[in-house]
Amino acid sequence: MQELIDLGLDAAQRAGAGYADIRFVERHTESLTVKNGNLAEAGSDRSAGFGVRVLIDGAWGFAGSSRLERPEVERITREAVAIARASGLATREPIVLDDTPPAVATFHTPFVEDPFAVSLDEKLRILFEADAAMARVSGVTLRTGSMEAAHERKTFASTEGARIEQELVEVGAGIEAMAVNEGEVQRRSYPQSAGGQHVTGGFEAIRDLRLGDHAQQIAEEAVALLDAPQCPSGEMTLIIGSSQLALQVHESCGHPIELDRVLGMEASFAGTSFLTLDKLDQLQYGSEIVNIEADATATGGLGTFGFDDEGVPAQKVPIVSAGRFVGYLTSRETAPIIGRRSMGSSRASSWNVIPLIRMTNVNLRPGAAGSLDDLIADTSEGLFVTSNHSWSIDDRRLNFQFGTEIGWLIKDGRLTQMVKNPTYTGITPQFWGSCDAICGESEWRLWGLPNCGKGEPMQTHRVGHGAAPARFRGVRVGVGRW
Amino acid sequence: MVGDRRWDRPALEAIMASALDLVVDAEAEALFTAHDAALTRFANSRIHQNVADHDASLRMRLVRDGSTGVATTNRLDAEGLREVVARASATLALATPNPDGAPLADPQPSTAPADLGLVAATARADPEARAAGARAVIAAGDAARLESSGAFSTDTATLAVANTRGLWNAHSVTQAKLLTVMMDGGGASGYAQATASDIRSIDPAAVGEEAAGKAVRSVGPVDLEPGEYPVVLEEYAVATVLEYLSWMGFSALAVEEGRSFMEIGTQIMGPNVTIWDDGLDPRGLPTAIDYEGVPKRRVDLISEGVARAVVHDTATAARAGTASTGHGLPAPNAFGPIAWNLFMAPGSSAKEVMVSGIERGVWVTRFHYVNVVHARRGILTGMTKDGTFLIEDGRVTRPIRNLRFTQSIPEAFSCIEAIGSDTRMVAAEYSGIMARVPALRVARFSFTGATAAEAGA
Repeated sequence: MQELIDLGLDAAQRAGAGYADIRFVERHTESLTVKNGNLAEAGSDRSAGFGVRVLIDGAWGFAGSSRLERPEVERITREAVAIARASGLATREPIVLDDTPPAVATFHTPFVEDPFAVSLDEKLRILFEADAAMARVSGVTLRTGSMEAAHERKTFASTEGARIEQELVEVGAGIEAMAVNEGEVQRRSYPQSAGGQHVTGGFEAIRDLRLGDHAQQIAEEAVALLDAPQCPSGEMTLIIGSSQLALQVHESCGHPIELDRVLGMEASFAGTSFLTLDKLDQLQYGSEIVNIEADATATGGLGTFGFDDEGVPAQKVPIVSAGRFVGYLTSRETAPIIGRRSMGSSRASSWNVIPLIRMTNVNLRPGAAGSLDDLIADTSEGLFVTSNHSWSIDDRRLNFQFGTEIGWLIKDGRLTQMVKNPTYTGITPQFWGSCDAICGESEWRLWGLPNCGKGEPMQTHRVGHGAAPARFRGVRVGVGRW
Repeated sequence: MVGDRRWDRPALEAIMASALDLVVDAEAEALFTAHDAALTRFANSRIHQNVADHDASLRMRLVRDGSTGVATTNRLDAEGLREVVARASATLALATPNPDGAPLADPQPSTAPADLGLVAATARADPEARAAGARAVIAAGDAARLESSGAFSTDTATLAVANTRGLWNAHSVTQAKLLTVMMDGGGASGYAQATASDIRSIDPAAVGEEAAGKAVRSVGPVDLEPGEYPVVLEEYAVATVLEYLSWMGFSALAVEEGRSFMEIGTQIMGPNVTIWDDGLDPRGLPTAIDYEGVPKRRVDLISEGVARAVVHDTATAARAGTASTGHGLPAPNAFGPIAWNLFMAPGSSAKEVMVSGIERGVWVTRFHYVNVVHARRGILTGMTKDGTFLIEDGRVTRPIRNLRFTQSIPEAFSCIEAIGSDTRMVAAEYSGIMARVPALRVARFSFTGATAAEAGA
């Protein structure tokens, strides 16, 4: 490995690179899907390769290959250099990196039980047990359960002298029940939709989910939703469950604080951001109880690591403090533009793509509203929704609309009528400004989202969001004609 | 790479036959994918990202007595092949049988021409060519005092499938795509995209001028109260709608599971709506085979508003007692087949005259961040973007701020009043789906929200 690293970095410097880095990544994933009592998928994927990034005359070039051979490292470095020189045909100000000191370090995800050492039989036992519990509920038409494990080993080295080795271990699992009747389809999932909960850590996190204990309840709810009344339309007090609120944070805070997006670098694809530079330290993003931080050091977070893919150490930084917007996610290229040093959120999803500014764990801090039961008891009338079904937000991250799997009307401090197809919509600062209660630490949970898309070529990355249920006043719910 | 013949048939056969020969006591499928891709990205009117990557993978699927084991690697030397077969075999040994599992495809040779969708000029495109394209777009933006962003990409992809039943099919294709968004900094923006197998058919200056023209006309947008309006949907918007129709309901698995809006044999849209999938039509982005090696067939999905058929892979076809239509993803998978070469029949209207007779309506250039609200009812939500205009008294009068829609598409497509006589090929933003579609005039379209001027503070 050291030989190939030296080869690539030396070749880049000889070709005139003012800066170069090289990443070797090997990722091994195992995935299982059980569907209606049968093992539908059992896969094992290994992908390895390297990428060389060079900065020549202030312009970037990058190339990557899966062939880990000396001639290929030389060829790919030449290609990266040629691409950087082509970039120079249409540049303005030269790119300048911040002064992050080069690190020589290692990092390993802590875990108790190696997920790759757990037998297939044991993994299937957990999934089949949950499937059987769902199957006992009459009216369920489709039952699925899935489980994944990943092990990633990566080495980063730069011409500045950085040399970092990391081993990341991730696991995830979830179950879902679907029920269908004439004209209606309803789903319920546990612990959240879109493949369940994902964390960095070992198989102990899968066992802690206790999928089988929750299977019957979600199956019963899926069936009950078929005959539940449609979510009413109008302005209401809304209480949002933890996992749905995590996605709300993702879409309406996590993406708009990406500084590359703010600077227009994503304008042609995912869009820009309403959190323009003039808003930093000025904008009241939410109510005074809203505190959000980006924490790449959080234990178990899917966005937790030792160093980002520019060699910057993982950090915990404030984003929203007492409702005021105070920080961005940054990279070594973008941080100097706001007079700061990178806070370490430049991440590449694989060996064959460049690092982009990505969320780490962007977390809404817990509040003082106690438990979810306490919060509902404190609400005379409203709607409680949980578990995401649908999401959409505009290109500046202002106008959003979410759908959830299930909702309940709240009357006199109690959950009453279950309602189906709940949706809510709003404008980001007004919505967070209407937040008047956030549940406490006991309800706070760090959720993993394994499917965050960004960039061209599209990179699907793994990020985390912590949230506790929270209450919002005057939210428009029940959107559209039903 | 097509250019250096690294993935020609002898090279592919050597890898895939070697891997299949290592399999003992099971049926097996070798699925090979490779791509040589490059992308030049520009923003704020300069190139800011510029990348290339080269990868090739082999996926081995082993099937025995209804059980399946799958493993993938991108290490393609002898040791890599031994290791991937060993991993697939280990999973197979422990896997439980699945009566709904996907059988291997039987031999069906592809009759598509070897050069279908494969253009050497695209495969050979270099970073200088992409930079020149970016500069032409930026020049159009500069001339209109707009900031340009976008991407110019090229890709050469190879897909080959062989199995122990004797199936062997392979196909290489190229794709070039240039897109841009131009903005004035005050809320005006314009979009254009050109996608083709042949990079020489893309005119970067024309792409730039189209986006710049749209952005200039978007300057000074006003608010419009949400509500139900007649709309003219340009081809970009229509293509996005078809992309999501495919996600929601054109798959046999979606129908089988009861989550599709497609009720076969039923009039679900207006009699002027005809939609089909054809992976072999060179007017799209052709691909000769699917990920199970099955040659693609044309599937008439909706004919004159009647739901006629859905696309199949081997698993759904086996359960339905029919043949795969060549729309399978790597098997087995829980997602099912997908229609990704979509066409919508043109009508007879010139796009420019579609506004005629509309007293008060909305002109939509494209949609952004669309998502499914209710698949069974075909309800989508999303935002308009990069050129939304008010139509008054039969004329496009002024730009309006972006609107959110929440709309059942089968309902909207039941009241199409005019269909464009020309079609445009549009590649989806997030998926591999392409659609060649006309512009549409729809009598009623529901806008459920707006982003007012003061919303962003």
